[in-house]
Amino acid sequence: MKRFAPFLLLVILILFPLLVRDDYHQHLMILVLMWVVIGAGWNVIAGYTGQVSFGDAAFFGTGAYTAGLFATKLSISPWWAMAAGGVAAMAVAFPFGWICFRLRGAYFALATLALNEVMRHIATIWEDLTGGMVGILIIQTFVSKVPYYYIALALAVAAVIGVQAVMGSKWGYYFVSIREDQDAAESLGIDTHLYKMISLNIAAFLTGMAGSLYMNYMGFIDPEVVFSLHDISIMAILVGIVGGVGTVYGPVVGAFIMVAVHEFFRTGFFGFFKGLAALTGSQAITTLAKYVMQAHVLGFGILVVVVILVLPNGIVGDWKKITGWLPLGGGRRSAA
Amino acid sequence: MRFFEVKNLVKYFGGLAAVNDVSFEVKEGEIFGLIGPNGSGKTTIFNLISNFHSPTSGSVLFKGRDITGLKTHRICKARIARTFQVVKPLGRMTVLDNVVAAAFSRAKTKHEARDLAMETLEFCGLAHRKDMLAKSLPIGERKRLEITRAMATLPELLLLDETAAGLNPSELVEAIDLIRKIREKGVTIIIVEHIMKVIMTISDRIHAINFGRTIAEGTPGEVANHPAVIEAYLGEAYARG
Repeated sequence: MKRFAPFLLLVILILFPLLVRDDYHQHLMILVLMWVVIGAGWNVIAGYTGQVSFGDAAFFGTGAYTAGLFATKLSISPWWAMAAGGVAAMAVAFPFGWICFRLRGAYFALATLALNEVMRHIATIWEDLTGGMVGILIIQTFVSKVPYYYIALALAVAAVIGVQAVMGSKWGYYFVSIREDQDAAESLGIDTHLYKMISLNIAAFLTGMAGSLYMNYMGFIDPEVVFSLHDISIMAILVGIVGGVGTVYGPVVGAFIMVAVHEFFRTGFFGFFKGLAALTGSQAITTLAKYVMQAHVLGFGILVVVVILVLPNGIVGDWKKITGWLPLGGGRRSAA
Repeated sequence: MRFFEVKNLVKYFGGLAAVNDVSFEVKEGEIFGLIGPNGSGKTTIFNLISNFHSPTSGSVLFKGRDITGLKTHRICKARIARTFQVVKPLGRMTVLDNVVAAAFSRAKTKHEARDLAMETLEFCGLAHRKDMLAKSLPIGERKRLEITRAMATLPELLLLDETAAGLNPSELVEAIDLIRKIREKGVTIIIVEHIMKVIMTISDRIHAINFGRTIAEGTPGEVANHPAVIEAYLGEAYARG
């Protein structure tokens, strides 16, 4: 069962747009797949290599802006920017890693946080290039969501398989060694600085690609959206932690759950509060609904606390614990 | 050409001289003991050799090559391996994966690395633990894992930092056997040890330091009877008597 689960999931994902034809659910699935890519990238640098990044938005935004600038400044199809966005994000990651990998642990995490803010400010202030707060608007290629869905799916599958391949190789052993003990790793002949750089650049490439995909799909970006600390950087961490840090399928599970939770709050518990307000006509409930819809970050926070307390290794990492809770012997008992 | 040599090594931490003008030479194939009371600078010398700290002055020569200031991972590639006094297992990896990660410094493919790792595990007598997580090993076997990992990098010179500390008597005998076996394989060993029973039985020569300075060097018998060594360990009154 466990061996076939990924294939089964893949088949379902391939058939999904044929079975579910409304735009809203297709839109959500595209976001899920995009978050799988970002989560896979975060998992490489933070989950496997142990260098926690609070600045994934720096790479995401760089990828998105690369795609946007390809279209508006160079008049090249932003689809070319899918790869270029990844490379541009690496161009940000490279000098950053070169300097900041001298820092360890929390200090490195703080540096990534700073990178996030620096990139957001650059995108805001450099109006000649980026358009500043106005953002960039491009014409989307497709009206239907289906092509975007399959591109996102291809990217997500490639990201998961790619990360799995890397982690099975020498690089993978080195990344985990660095996470477990950097001094020991160094004494075993591992060039820790080099391999942290490789890991960060893999993460940046994947996240940058996801950013380009976002630009192509949404058609509009501004600095507050794509360089957002809480909607991109923190969300990436949540996808990683909820799914399971340092597991291959953790980001996949994490992306599903986090996009669902995000949507759950954004829609006010799937329209529950709005419906309640309309039903009762109460002004107080209308106001409450508004606050609940804005409280998704609070919801994220509570979710993370619960996950870390109950499932410290995430849903994939603690899968055995979860199956242990389920009454698996129940079927036999009811038959008797 | 001398095999391994440390020349006029000095290390200051702020105003404190942790290692002050220490020189010694190690011949190929010998077991060289480094002793001294707590805080005398033994581990610091290891840290200077493997460049976890860079020396304030002085040099480290290995097979005629000046390796002072070479990055730690390059020193491993130059075939000098070390273990840590406070063991550093890669906790959430299996014992086998710990050793495979080390073996990759010599092996080109994953297959080669696994073979080398298994071979080294057999040699060091840890093969029966290969699928356990490193963090769940008892202390004796963690120390052994340190040695196994270091051996998987195929060193010519092995620096052992208190590998016998905290072991029970039977583990102690096993550890001594293992160190002898490693020497028989042709690996030169520098060993730091507090347990006199271990260091006096296996060392060919011993170098004693106190307060970062050399106080004696010679065969175990010579060093054990040297007045400066007795003074350092037992106090002035014993040295005179």
